[in-house]
Amino acid sequence: MTKTTSKLALAATVATAVAGFSTATHAQENEKCYGVSLAGENDCAAGPGTTCAGTSTVDYQGNAWTLVPAGTCETMDVPAMADGTERMGSLEPLDRDLPA
Amino acid sequence: MTTQTAFRSALLDPGLATPGGVVNPGGAPATKRFDVYRNNVAVSLTEALQAAFPVIRKLVGEAFFQAMAGVYLRQHPPRSPLMMFYGAEMPAFLESFGPAQSLPYLPDMARLELAIRQAYHAADAAPLDPAALAALPEEALPHLRFAFAPAVHLVASDHPVHGIWAANMESGGTPERRPETALVTRPDFDPVVDALTPAQGRVMAGLLAGQPLGTALRAGGSDFDFGPLLTCLLHRTAITALTTEESPS
Amino acid sequence: MFDASAQSLPNLPGVGYKPQHFSAIMADADPVGWLEIHAENYMGAGGRPLAQLRHLSERFPLSVHGVGLSIGGEGDLDPEHLARLKRLCDWLQPASFSEHLAWSTHDSAFLNDLLPLPYTAATLERVCAHIDQVQDVLGRPMLLENPSSYLAFSQSTFEEPDFLREVSRRTGCGLLLDVNNVFVSATNLGYDPRGYVDAIPLDKVGEIHLGGHDEDEDETGAPLLIDSHGREIVDPVWALLDYTLDLSGPKPLLIEWDTDVPDWPVLAQEAERARAALQKVAA
Repeated sequence: MTKTTSKLALAATVATAVAGFSTATHAQENEKCYGVSLAGENDCAAGPGTTCAGTSTVDYQGNAWTLVPAGTCETMDVPAMADGTERMGSLEPLDRDLPA
Repeated sequence: MTTQTAFRSALLDPGLATPGGVVNPGGAPATKRFDVYRNNVAVSLTEALQAAFPVIRKLVGEAFFQAMAGVYLRQHPPRSPLMMFYGAEMPAFLESFGPAQSLPYLPDMARLELAIRQAYHAADAAPLDPAALAALPEEALPHLRFAFAPAVHLVASDHPVHGIWAANMESGGTPERRPETALVTRPDFDPVVDALTPAQGRVMAGLLAGQPLGTALRAGGSDFDFGPLLTCLLHRTAITALTTEESPS
Repeated sequence: MFDASAQSLPNLPGVGYKPQHFSAIMADADPVGWLEIHAENYMGAGGRPLAQLRHLSERFPLSVHGVGLSIGGEGDLDPEHLARLKRLCDWLQPASFSEHLAWSTHDSAFLNDLLPLPYTAATLERVCAHIDQVQDVLGRPMLLENPSSYLAFSQSTFEEPDFLREVSRRTGCGLLLDVNNVFVSATNLGYDPRGYVDAIPLDKVGEIHLGGHDEDEDETGAPLLIDSHGREIVDPVWALLDYTLDLSGPKPLLIEWDTDVPDWPVLAQEAERARAALQKVAA
């Protein structure tokens, strides 16, 4: 592509995008209303008395750590390892019909 | 050791004894009463992480997330009182957290969720009137530089980071196996996440870094079509200003 | 030295503002007399939180209530955080600024809880120095809130009301009396809540907090109340409010509900109950 046609193509691209914008009425149909869940809150309330969250030991390098990821990762059809080896850490069989 | 040094250490390490001088009303050393504070710290910081990383929480499940949060909050207690920004070290933490290694896309998902949170709290900005763009002479376009709203963030990934995010937050379909770059914008008050191709992501990274359009487009390759990216940026009111000064040659 | 009587919140019920109530509050013709916000939630650069706050500030007197300054901390106050507070107060010009008699930051780690202090001469010096600094930077008097206590320190040489009185006397700060915290601490540490109120210099009190608590017990079976702010205010706390207002006269009253936050009408109903308590002492 010559420099001139490249500029022309760019000008056409910009013109098309701007024209499309004016007729698209700021399309916000894809917007999800997160409302306030993203705010992140400080407050001055105390937690729920005592739970194991405050007092359990959390040495995951020891034998105590037996948890594996077991959420919607099981429904993500994404190879777990970069080399394409089978996904680890899934206790349940795949169920692709589950809503993610 | 000061009272608060001992108190702080024992708050975060349940294996340590209750600090000296901390007593029940009868004068006996407090145990469960001290655990109330241990609990407040662990639960409130775990809740802050749950609010910050809803997709990671869904991906790994509640039990895993809570246990992982317990490890994280003790390795990385907040450095600032602003809970809205707690969790900045989560991507690096996930890179090296053994039990999460089976999900190599988690660190990029943490980057995306942090970017969304930052976009939510970013400074307001007046969007560019697209007419200003249309009014430019075509020979000025290669020298054009964009200024972007403070809410604009880019997260490049070897994984379908947008697809996984959308599947968990917007009932999107199963993610396609491909690298994706997520573009975070905030047209109004709610952040929006769009998927960019790797080529669009490279061009956008250049534009964000302040490169002139002609330079940034080279990173897209010879057959790169700027139209879809520009349309997206205009619709998301991501661009706030233009400059067209030619850089000194 | 600041004059603590210069507080300007109205002697009306207010509520702790939660962003999920924004639309309901704005649509309510006569919601509450004022609102209180947690300062740290409005220290972002923009977006919805600050936009909501701008709208609210046009309609309501606001109280800025800090939860992260660590006034009782052994180290210096965080200058960056103090600067953020100043920016917020300069912008908002709130009717009141308050913080807690507690600590939450040590060695630069913020622990996100209001942690207890031994009431000693050394703590008194430190708390007063920090309050002097806050009032100097903000250019206004602050209110200091009594904490909920779950345990005691054998080192303490002051009773809490005496400690608060002395802080107020030395710094000129006002007091924020949380009567639920009084009830929780009195139950947990085995003293008479009315005696506590009797010992508080009520003329220095610029605001009263009310909130719900949870009930638990310690390992000996003794009652252990938790300041959860997650339910209705219990009758004994309303009674303690009546007792306090009888002594003090009307004060600005705040309903705090921070966890398991209900829909607006439930909160508004608690505020109505506070309004009734105020009307009893005004009559």
